[in-house]
Amino acid sequence: MADGFFFQAIIYLLAAVVCVPIAKKLGLSSILGYLFAGIIIGPYVLGLIGQEGQDIMHFAEFGVTMMLFLIGLELDPYKFWRMRRIIIGMGLLQVLGTAAVLFIVCSLVLRWNWHATLTISLALTLSSTAIVMQTLKEKGLTKTSMGRSSFAVLLFQDIAVIPILAILPLLADGDINNKNISQSLISNLDPWLQTGIVFGTIGLVYIGGRYIIIPLLHVVAKTRLQELFTASALLLVMGVSYMMQLVGLSPALGAFIAGLVLANSEFRHELEGDIAPFKGLLLGLFFIGVGASINFNIIAADPIFILIFSTIFNSLKFFVLLVVGKVYRKSSDQNLLFSFALSQAGEFGFVILGFAVQLNLLPTTLSNQMMAVIAISMIGTPFLLLINEKWIDPFFGVKEKPKEKYDNIEEQNDVVIAGFGNFGSTIGRLLKANGIPATVLDMDSDRVDSLRKLGFKVYYGDASRLELLKAAGCENAKLFIAAIDNPRVNLQVVEMIKKHFPHLKILARARNRNDAFELVDMGVNDFYRENLYSAVNLGVDALVEMGHRRYTATRQGQRFIRVDEEATFRLAEKRHDKKALLISTLQEIEIQEQLIKSDLYNQLGAQDHAWEADDIRREQQQGES
Amino acid sequence: MPNKILILFAHPLFEKSNANNALVSNIPDSPNITFHDLYQEYPNFDIDIKREQELLLLHDIVIWHHPMYWYSCPPLLKQWIDLVLEHGWAYGREGFALKDKLLLQAITTGGKKENYCSTGRDRFTILQLLEPFCQTAKVCNMTYLPPFVVHGTHSMDQDGYDDHGKQYNLMLEYLENKEIDLAELAQHDYFNNWMATKIG
Repeated sequence: MADGFFFQAIIYLLAAVVCVPIAKKLGLSSILGYLFAGIIIGPYVLGLIGQEGQDIMHFAEFGVTMMLFLIGLELDPYKFWRMRRIIIGMGLLQVLGTAAVLFIVCSLVLRWNWHATLTISLALTLSSTAIVMQTLKEKGLTKTSMGRSSFAVLLFQDIAVIPILAILPLLADGDINNKNISQSLISNLDPWLQTGIVFGTIGLVYIGGRYIIIPLLHVVAKTRLQELFTASALLLVMGVSYMMQLVGLSPALGAFIAGLVLANSEFRHELEGDIAPFKGLLLGLFFIGVGASINFNIIAADPIFILIFSTIFNSLKFFVLLVVGKVYRKSSDQNLLFSFALSQAGEFGFVILGFAVQLNLLPTTLSNQMMAVIAISMIGTPFLLLINEKWIDPFFGVKEKPKEKYDNIEEQNDVVIAGFGNFGSTIGRLLKANGIPATVLDMDSDRVDSLRKLGFKVYYGDASRLELLKAAGCENAKLFIAAIDNPRVNLQVVEMIKKHFPHLKILARARNRNDAFELVDMGVNDFYRENLYSAVNLGVDALVEMGHRRYTATRQGQRFIRVDEEATFRLAEKRHDKKALLISTLQEIEIQEQLIKSDLYNQLGAQDHAWEADDIRREQQQGES
Repeated sequence: MPNKILILFAHPLFEKSNANNALVSNIPDSPNITFHDLYQEYPNFDIDIKREQELLLLHDIVIWHHPMYWYSCPPLLKQWIDLVLEHGWAYGREGFALKDKLLLQAITTGGKKENYCSTGRDRFTILQLLEPFCQTAKVCNMTYLPPFVVHGTHSMDQDGYDDHGKQYNLMLEYLENKEIDLAELAQHDYFNNWMATKIG
């Protein structure tokens, strides 16, 4: 069994690893890479995986749920509330409009019974959240007006799945095959009670998120076990999805609400970082599943019908979307993009068709044909967008710059401070007092909480994780301040930044000289030894106590720091000449000796004669004699 | 052989000085001109004497560019003078490191030119007030040129700033590329006036 699992896993991963980079190289979206990977390893090309593509897809649909959780995280309830009009307005217009047009055209042209026609129209009305949101993200369009509209329509569709699934059994003649939807725990209850329970559940997610999950995450965070936090994040998403399924709501909707609730919490970036890799992997798997489940036998049996039907259905949907966009006054190029992006059918189509077959609403062959149509339309979307980008869009001059109007989710600061202990917070305060906002990352959830109450924008998370650094906006920031208390972690973070964000200027805290050596080795020249400056200040005061004038002592202190900093650079290089055999304490003693010697040398060599008259006096005396 | 020019710029609040921004932004981009912003380099007044002396040796013309504060220069430039012009190096029996270099002051004053005369509010002319700097240059065996002066910066409009920026630019280019007739220059109290005769 293990063999089989490993073999399967290797095939999926290998297909992805080979196909996606090729697609990227060709300038296509990664989605196409996954889809083709699925087709290639699927039953009709290499036959490496069989019909289980469908099962894989059911599992991988969870990726869509996670995506909605992440989308929820990036919005917050207030912003979501402000979008309610376009969600309901555009969404309703699109779903009803598309379904009606498809139904009318199909009824006129094809000889299906009206039940089948209606089912198919509804199935094809829903677009693919996975493909659209992933594409928008890849193209960086999520914050444009078309990005928001697309999201609104998709969200409405996700919600619309539930009533559609509820209507289908009513279409079935006479004996209603009700077994399948009675999975929901409450469907035997009174409708009013059902409604109450549904709203109660949503409320529960909201209140639970605020008063149970966030405190729970605090507890987990305090254990400082990274993997435990990841586990909690997964548990959270899965738990909410399951609960939603129990009451007959869409898991994606539940995850979205959970995301919304947590959007304002300090854990936002950390959750984002934890869930994102799973989401990406599952979505990839989902796309591979779509590719693998295309039944080429069915297409080959009647290719002309499928091709023509796909084209016509796609164009109909496209034009309805165009009208919806027009109603909402989109500029022409945004509207084109919006209409092309949403013109395919999506993963919910599979669900609806599968359900309808169980209800005997339409023959299996027709359903399989429609599934092929859906898969083809999903594959077609990236190409349509490419065509739009290359040949259609250039004819429409009006460009909307991707501006951040009310979707200003990511606060983008030029400065990122990692570590907000005594050291980091002092820096943060100084910057804030001078009108420079900073994005702050910290590992201590208690501190994060209290600082947030004081009005700092602090995010909880392990700054040595790439995902979190990305979420904090390191790609666009200018300055990175590494001020973490734990020196080892601090060095790790600096290494990450050097590697992944080479453009970022780094100012790094160093606990002692050894840390400074490490930083020099990494090519960081702006390091700040925390004990040097306070020790020198104390030393200066000691000199004053011993009778030195304060200004002279201060100048000696300044010079001492300069000499010591130069010595650190010198020793950092010299360190590598020595055989690494020296035990570190011995090495430390040797370094101290070298420093003292160089201090002596410098004290003698660097004396200046400012404000001294000895020299002049001597010269005058010589002149007189 | 072009002349090498070192501009020692001292302004504690440069970011808010329109006049000096206009002047500095008009400094020609030339390998022969070094712009050295003292307040940027030594915010703690901890001047690196060796480095400053080495810089001086690399240049033929030294410019002290600063606003006029209480009839003198900002304190960091005075600190620079105190520390860098060492006995035995810049002056004294064995101090000839700066011999025959040219020293020019480029200064800005908020008040109008009319104020700087025996009957005016400031009672002394600019040349009289700059006498300590002139004397410092002489002790260091340098040739002190008539200063480049921008008066009335408090009441100046953008055209005025641009105008003086252009003048500064022309002057620096002239200093870089042409030999100066010192005798002729000495006829004028301000460098600006002499430049005016040169470029019409």
